[in-house]
Amino acid sequence: MLETYLPMLFIFVIALTIGAVMFFGGQLIGPKNPTPEKMMPFECGNDSQGTAGVRLNVKFYLTAILFVVFDIEVVFIYPWAALFKSLGWTGFATMLAFIAALLIALAYCWKKGALEWES
Amino acid sequence: MDAWLSNPFVHGLVYGVVVVTALMTVTAWSIWFERKFAGRMQSRTGPTLVGPYGLLQPLADALKLLQKEDIVPKDADRVLFNVAPPLTVLFALGAAAVVPWGPEQIAADLDVGVLFILAMGGMVVFPVWIAGWASNNKYALLGGMRSVAQGISYEIPLVMAALVPVVLCGSMSVSDIVRFQLEHGWLIYSAPVVGFLAFLLFFLASLAEANRIPFDIPEAESELVAGVTTEYTGMKFGLFYLAEYLHTLVISAVASALFLGGWGGIGGLAPGLHWMVLKTLLLFGAIFWIRWTLLRFRADQLMTLCWKYLVPGGLALVMAAAAWVHWGAFAGTTATPAPAPAEQGAR
Repeated sequence: MLETYLPMLFIFVIALTIGAVMFFGGQLIGPKNPTPEKMMPFECGNDSQGTAGVRLNVKFYLTAILFVVFDIEVVFIYPWAALFKSLGWTGFATMLAFIAALLIALAYCWKKGALEWES
Repeated sequence: MDAWLSNPFVHGLVYGVVVVTALMTVTAWSIWFERKFAGRMQSRTGPTLVGPYGLLQPLADALKLLQKEDIVPKDADRVLFNVAPPLTVLFALGAAAVVPWGPEQIAADLDVGVLFILAMGGMVVFPVWIAGWASNNKYALLGGMRSVAQGISYEIPLVMAALVPVVLCGSMSVSDIVRFQLEHGWLIYSAPVVGFLAFLLFFLASLAEANRIPFDIPEAESELVAGVTTEYTGMKFGLFYLAEYLHTLVISAVASALFLGGWGGIGGLAPGLHWMVLKTLLLFGAIFWIRWTLLRFRADQLMTLCWKYLVPGGLALVMAAAAWVHWGAFAGTTATPAPAPAEQGAR
């Protein structure tokens, strides 16, 4: 059974090798001539202003939380989906209720303004 | 010969090398194709100088990138900065392991193939975010933030769209889904509206996850210099570029396996592998076509489209698929289980 996963392992190893060869190849062949200007953060030719840790919109954080909630809920549907054909009416009604609960949650987030990006 | 090939290590190594080599080659020349294609669309000729019809252009590009200086900014996090580019290639290639290229050409025929593909697709946001954070550059950080927000938002419609074939076929194995389509017709038309909409949703969400136009907000060169790749030079930038094309190629293959009947073709005109490759390349070409036709969304339009239209729409689609199975043509049918390993030769 585990040998099903062997090709996957080989693909990972080969992909990493390709990445490493290209990476180190570039470092070996390329010139090395660092100057202070070259090592500065790129800001369209101007000197860098302040730190790179700029303030970011709290929306990004909200999106991450929404993702955790919804993605995990949707992944819960997978086992149901694979078995759906043998579950009959009970399975259909159960999932209808589950998805209704998800939609209520989405409507709540919408009402609270968590989905608004324009402002 | 057969006994020697069915040794799991030999089998794994052969499939790994073949799949990766084929994908890398196609990706390299797809860059030539895209430049030629874009040129023709804009009444230019595209690359013509390197080799006949500019066919050696990808090699020239790779050589040029190799010869460029490798710059790590002074305040960047060196380790993370260097780890990110190879990781993107790894995750972009990872999902290819479970794609069935033909009835017997499957590197790893997992029972949970669909889930594995989605997991690998979801992992792509990690290297992008690592790169954005480690660059210590405002534009790279903003690009990384946007990229992660977009990637994880579109992950949800993507997961829902991939649920539809699972519901319709009753299996999470990609090869079972293809076998089901060989019996009942491709999902894009055999479950009329549901299959087509699910395909559209999957295609859109995949485009967004691979950061292709019209969803390429993370690089948005008119606003963010080059997003997360701002500080990357030479081959490290090349790795990001390569990974983007690899990812696009792999999602085309996944979409053709899940919705377009995989290796199933018209009559017995050609072996299954040819049909699968043809479908994948057509979808891949369609993505280039879209890229050179459409403009880019604004960041807020993108998030609105995802959360207010695609997420509720995706949920409705899953229920519609379930209703279709419950009352419709597929009631009571299940995917044909895979033939016993002995019948499939070297697996």
